[in-house]
Amino acid sequence: MARYGMVIDTRKCVGCMDCVVACQTENSVPQGYCRDWITTEVRGEFPSLTMEIRSERCNHCDNPPCVSCCPTGASHVEPDGRFVHVTASRCIGCKACIASCPYGARFVHPDGYVDKCTFCAHRVRQGQDPACVSVCPTRCMYFGDLDDPQSKVSELLRTRRWHVLLPDAGTKPRVYYLS
Amino acid sequence: MEQLSRRRFLKISAATFTAAAAVTRLPDAVRVAGAAEAEKGVRTVPTFCEMCFWRCSGIAHVRDGKLWKFEGNPNDPQSRGRLCPRGTGAVGAYYDPDRLQKPLIRTSARGKDAWKAVTWDEALAYVAERMQKIKAEHGAESIAMFNHGIGVRMLQHVLKSYGCTNFAGPSFAQCRGPRDIGFLLTMGTGLGSPEPTDIANTDCLVLIGSHLGENMHNTQVQEFAQAVARRISIIVVDPRYSVAASKAKHWLPIRPGTDLALILAWMNVIVAEGLYDRAFVERHGHGFDRFAAEIAASTPEWAAGETGIDAGLIRTTAREIARHRPASLVHPGRRVNWNGDDAQRSRAVALLNALLGNWGRKGGIYLQAGMRVASYPLPKYPASTRPLADNPNQERYPFADEPVTTGLRDATISGKPYPIKAWWVYSTNLMQALPNPAETLKAIDQLDLLVVCDTVPSDIAGYADVVLPEVTFLERHDELLVGWGRQGWTSLRQPVMPAPADQKPGWWIAKELAGKLGIAQCMPFKDMAEYLATRVEKSGLSWETLKNDGVIMGPKMPITVEEGAEFAFDTPSGKVEFWSDQLVKAGFDPVPKYKAPAPLPEGFFRLVTGRSPVHTFSRTQSNPLLAGLMSDNEVWINAATAAKLGIANGQFVTLRNQDGVASNRVRVKATQRIRPDTVYMVYGFGQTNPRNRRTFGKGASAAQLNTRYATDPLMGGTSLHGNYVAIEQEA
Repeated sequence: MARYGMVIDTRKCVGCMDCVVACQTENSVPQGYCRDWITTEVRGEFPSLTMEIRSERCNHCDNPPCVSCCPTGASHVEPDGRFVHVTASRCIGCKACIASCPYGARFVHPDGYVDKCTFCAHRVRQGQDPACVSVCPTRCMYFGDLDDPQSKVSELLRTRRWHVLLPDAGTKPRVYYLS
Repeated sequence: MEQLSRRRFLKISAATFTAAAAVTRLPDAVRVAGAAEAEKGVRTVPTFCEMCFWRCSGIAHVRDGKLWKFEGNPNDPQSRGRLCPRGTGAVGAYYDPDRLQKPLIRTSARGKDAWKAVTWDEALAYVAERMQKIKAEHGAESIAMFNHGIGVRMLQHVLKSYGCTNFAGPSFAQCRGPRDIGFLLTMGTGLGSPEPTDIANTDCLVLIGSHLGENMHNTQVQEFAQAVARRISIIVVDPRYSVAASKAKHWLPIRPGTDLALILAWMNVIVAEGLYDRAFVERHGHGFDRFAAEIAASTPEWAAGETGIDAGLIRTTAREIARHRPASLVHPGRRVNWNGDDAQRSRAVALLNALLGNWGRKGGIYLQAGMRVASYPLPKYPASTRPLADNPNQERYPFADEPVTTGLRDATISGKPYPIKAWWVYSTNLMQALPNPAETLKAIDQLDLLVVCDTVPSDIAGYADVVLPEVTFLERHDELLVGWGRQGWTSLRQPVMPAPADQKPGWWIAKELAGKLGIAQCMPFKDMAEYLATRVEKSGLSWETLKNDGVIMGPKMPITVEEGAEFAFDTPSGKVEFWSDQLVKAGFDPVPKYKAPAPLPEGFFRLVTGRSPVHTFSRTQSNPLLAGLMSDNEVWINAATAAKLGIANGQFVTLRNQDGVASNRVRVKATQRIRPDTVYMVYGFGQTNPRNRRTFGKGASAAQLNTRYATDPLMGGTSLHGNYVAIEQEA
């Protein structure tokens, strides 16, 4: 079984937010909400500066606190691909998962259930990349099986310097940032 | 083989105009779903985008009768299968609840929000009647048009058939015009769009004010990202730490308005140290020795005092730029109207590229290839004996080769050389596009008729006598795109969705108007599909293929010397004009000369502007998807400066310029990413039409603050960065 992850090359990313819009249209995300977003981190003082731009979303953690705290089992790990998903019909909107997620990846959908990035499992299961990956004009995002040493994502993690967000949270996130 | 320059090709196309009228009747090309609700499943329609003017082709997906998503067309050389956020966000343009819905006629004073909705028949009869009256009293030349985008084609054709001659787009004097004239004077050709910059293969890329990544011209950004990944040398000159600057090897945070000093100093080093391409200059250069003498005093030490860039760094970067030649590219820029002397600065950029010998070279400036597509036989336009009003006999702006919007505005205000009594405004928001909207209002006061045709209630629509609601690009056919690039191509725009209300396509409006003006014969086809199919089939191309694929590629031709291409320079000397005799003759500097910007008065900051990746000026701001990403602009202030002024990040302030004009309240972004003496905002915000609810009063307008603009004496470009502002806190 695959263990899907995303690798994002922050050197190539220009922060244009195409990934954000593509997710909104692909997944009919309600207006005013987004499942992915751009973070810009500036370090230093004028004129000695560095900047990292990141496309962020649910990290589909290997150790997802949102799943372990969910009282109804709505938040769960899909056996194929290890996607962290929410079953809308089982969600009671208690927001425990929102509180537990250190990445702020979840929100309450206007219809009352908790929503977030699905890694576009509906596309991945048809052999396509997630929408954000497939539209990116800089081609800075890569998606694939982290357990497959032949995959592009595995190769990138072997050959490039990378970091994940909040490694100390113990969540074992599966979105990696190349720097 | 010698590459036909784009400019020369266009001249030839115009000359071989045919007047025969042979029409092939073809069935309506695309069936727009009449009953959208009943439609089930997913269908896809390829069409080229109008969210900006890069003209990528995309594929629209319609699911169960609803527009679902718009993705890049893999057949298309512009998008290469990937759109930018604005293209992806096109879905929001279709569903925008603030779209213009019905034709409107003003019922009160201009600028008051009082209208009656009318039928198309009433609206166009009203327009035609007033046009006829103006033509009878003043001549058809007194009806002018401002336009942007390919959608204007048939409306412009009908007005030309009616005898109108004055057409101007802000894409020239308020955008790429200075660059194209700078290159025309130097290399004998402008660059057009897309710019023939071989970023994909360059080893050194210099961006001067060009902020690729925020300026989202798709193909260039794709190649820029690849260039970053290839770890080539990138040198960015910008008073702001732009996204591109953050990817650069060298960021030169230049004092605004001093770019020419830097370019002259770079050329000084490259010439003095003999780093230039001698063979290219000897073979193709005109007046090189006189040029070299002219720039001999422009040393890095001199330029350091002007630009604020260390002389050592100027020298290092000059050597770096030269080291990679000919695969070294100084990007010519696009919206380059900064200081009012921009054609000369662009000429310097052209000369710097010439020193690198990168013309027609891999990794430099490639030679554009096109394809020939037959024209539709249309009747000839009536001849006019009157000069163009914006620049009569090219006496005001001797080197302008397109009409100057602000010249047309001046003519409207003064009534000279003849009165301008009507404006047609198509898809350009003049209140934001032209400097100093107060002058635009003064011009509007002189008009007997102001017609605005657009998809959204723009600022200028608020002042119209008649508002004509056009469908978005997703609901219409437009003129064929015949593109010039690494390979010529043709793209089709075709309807994807039905019009949600009583909006109509530009070509339909044009055809109805022609009928009412009594010149129906100028539109001798049933509809646009028939017109397009005729052009395509006459060219020996397949209409079916174009409809299904969206794009047809032209023949592959060599575009670089490496591939066997040859080139010639269409200048008076037939060479690259390091020294320009035609400029001397017209009373201008033969080699660009630096003039220092006026010193900054105490308490003021230089205002510079730029673009956001999610908006195209003001025209996309009401799109709910894109407004969700950016609903208003911020004013960037250096964090230390803000602290000194006691201004907090996120606070609202007002900007007041040197003439006392105050902006809307605008949020502060206190950041390390800008020079302490400079403030920055994204252009096009601060709209004033209350019918455009998402944009009304949001952010500050750079155009409104641009009261003291300088006009380029060569070609009429108007400056955008000549203003100073003070920052006022709210009480």
